[in-house]
Amino acid sequence: MATSGAQPALELRGLSKSFGGLHAVRGVTLRVLPGDRKAIIGPNGAGKTTLFNVITGILPATSGETVLFGTDVTAWPTHRRTALGMARTFQVTNLFPKLTVLDNVLLAIQGLRGMKFVVWRPLASYRDLYEKARRLLEQVGFWDRRDVQVRNLSHGEQRQIEIVLGLASDPKILLLDEPAAGLSSGESREMAEFLNRLDPTLAILLIEHDMDVVFDVVDHISVLHFGEVLEEGPTEVIRASPKVREIYLGAED
Amino acid sequence: MSERAKIIAVVAALVVLVLYMQFGATSFVRLVITQALIFGILAMSLDILLGYTGLPSLGQAAYLGMGAYVAAILTTRFGFGLDWTFWLLIVLGFVIGAVTAAFFGLFAIRATGVYFLMITLALGQCVWGLAYRWNSLTGGDNGINMPGRPDFGLDLSNDMNFFYVVLGFFVATLAALYLLVKSPFGRSLVGIRESELRMRMLGYNTWLHKYVAFIIAGGFGGLAGVLWAFLNGLVSPEDVILATSVDALLMVVLGGPGTLIGGVIGAGLVVFVREYLSTVVEWWQYVLGGMYVLTILYLPGGLMGIPERIRQRRAQAAGAVRAEAVSTSH
Ligand SMILES: Nc1ncnc2c1ncn2[C@@H]1O[C@H](COP(=O)(O)OP(=O)(O)OP(=O)(O)O)[C@@H](O)[C@H]1O
Ligand SMILES: [Mg+2]
Repeated sequence: MATSGAQPALELRGLSKSFGGLHAVRGVTLRVLPGDRKAIIGPNGAGKTTLFNVITGILPATSGETVLFGTDVTAWPTHRRTALGMARTFQVTNLFPKLTVLDNVLLAIQGLRGMKFVVWRPLASYRDLYEKARRLLEQVGFWDRRDVQVRNLSHGEQRQIEIVLGLASDPKILLLDEPAAGLSSGESREMAEFLNRLDPTLAILLIEHDMDVVFDVVDHISVLHFGEVLEEGPTEVIRASPKVREIYLGAED
Repeated sequence: MSERAKIIAVVAALVVLVLYMQFGATSFVRLVITQALIFGILAMSLDILLGYTGLPSLGQAAYLGMGAYVAAILTTRFGFGLDWTFWLLIVLGFVIGAVTAAFFGLFAIRATGVYFLMITLALGQCVWGLAYRWNSLTGGDNGINMPGRPDFGLDLSNDMNFFYVVLGFFVATLAALYLLVKSPFGRSLVGIRESELRMRMLGYNTWLHKYVAFIIAGGFGGLAGVLWAFLNGLVSPEDVILATSVDALLMVVLGGPGTLIGGVIGAGLVVFVREYLSTVVEWWQYVLGGMYVLTILYLPGGLMGIPERIRQRRAQAAGAVRAEAVSTSH
């Protein structure tokens, strides 16, 4: 574990987002240190995805600050934040459906490289990119099916490619929005195991409804309710909290 | 078909075309084919936007018009471009198309879908308005008569010579754009077409990618304009009317977006119907309209999409047979 003096990978200070009169995110403050594994849980419509959209710059914040690796990025566009070492997956699978698995990964790898503007040389001639895609895909057992169009994969497989695209840019912090959504319990367990095998210096911020995955992967939980952090703390504390059980876990069991 | 087979097919088609032009074609057909190649360049430039980036531009005639007017004004006023300076004029035509697109892109690129279509349409109409109203420069409604074609040792007033020069630019455009769509930049455009949000999340400044694509497409549109001015001998607001932009869009849709060659096939068909069929029958416009409607209804991938559709049908039929076999075995 990093010491408290380490620079946070991500720091949110009173971050808020309103849609007209709807306050979807209210004054969220959060610190994620390098290597931290944290989860954000909360009932449907609590503002979890909106929070991710504000952190990644897809939606502008109404107030508050987002600090990434010590830099205030609150006014930055998404692609510049990504360049600092952030990556994200989507709750609703968001891939390049008509492209092959390999092309999906190649696009993800070149996202932070200057060669993405090259027009005079075929992409296929970049061996280093190809090798990297191969390593990533072998890791998840997709190399044999690299030429399959992504839209022809099963839902579970597409969820895996989601994460591969998130990892392709070698991020230092990864935001996962319900990676296990729609997976069978067996698939969810595999997903959790996969996440636990990732580089321990990678910080993960996880939104997940599947509590088995949450308890398996993270050691710290923030509970979001009507856009506000209702409670936060180590997994066991949150698990035991009567308030949390009432508003959220109560529905589970 | 593998990439290699595609390239061989294109080269073979070009060889056949050259042989036909040399030994078979009448002088009228030669002009029609030359025109088809010029509009092929325009259609390919538009395909970069529509087919590869997913941007339905309804203003591509603006760049053709800018190139054509620059050619007309410089040749009639200064005699520029009628000797070896023709090559400079070509470069200028490309640059003026690109610069115009760079300006228009500032307004258009932020929009997507129908809004992008409407803005490019409006911007295209601005160019038309300029051509129509700015009498002293453009000759207004009457347009500008070209003083003839260049002669730089090779006399382009000879239709065959002109055809070869146009063919040269056509092949150069095809090769350049083929390389572009295979390049990291071109693949990024496809990524934007498939999911712009994901591309932004992956670190792409998608605005910049689309803007650069828009400028490149404008440049090739301008190039086509210069050639068109010399082929037609007259540059008028007719060249920049909405119908020309619509035609360009439909050439791409007809042939198959995202294929480059599809746009060329579409250009060939449209130019053939417009120039040839119109001399034979009066209802040629219905033929064109019918072709468009049928394509949009039944061939979303255009003519180039037909082999893929047949393959899918076969696969489905095979699947049905297999399913039947399984169900009867139970
Ligand atoms: N772009 C938007 N415009 C207006 N309202 C929005 C927008 N995005 C989200 N909302 C609203 O903000 C609230 C929070 O939505 P959000 O998607 O962040 O919830 P969530 O916690 O991710 O829920 P779930 O668990 O169902 O994914 C909801 O009431 C939603 O309707
Ligand atoms: Mg959500």
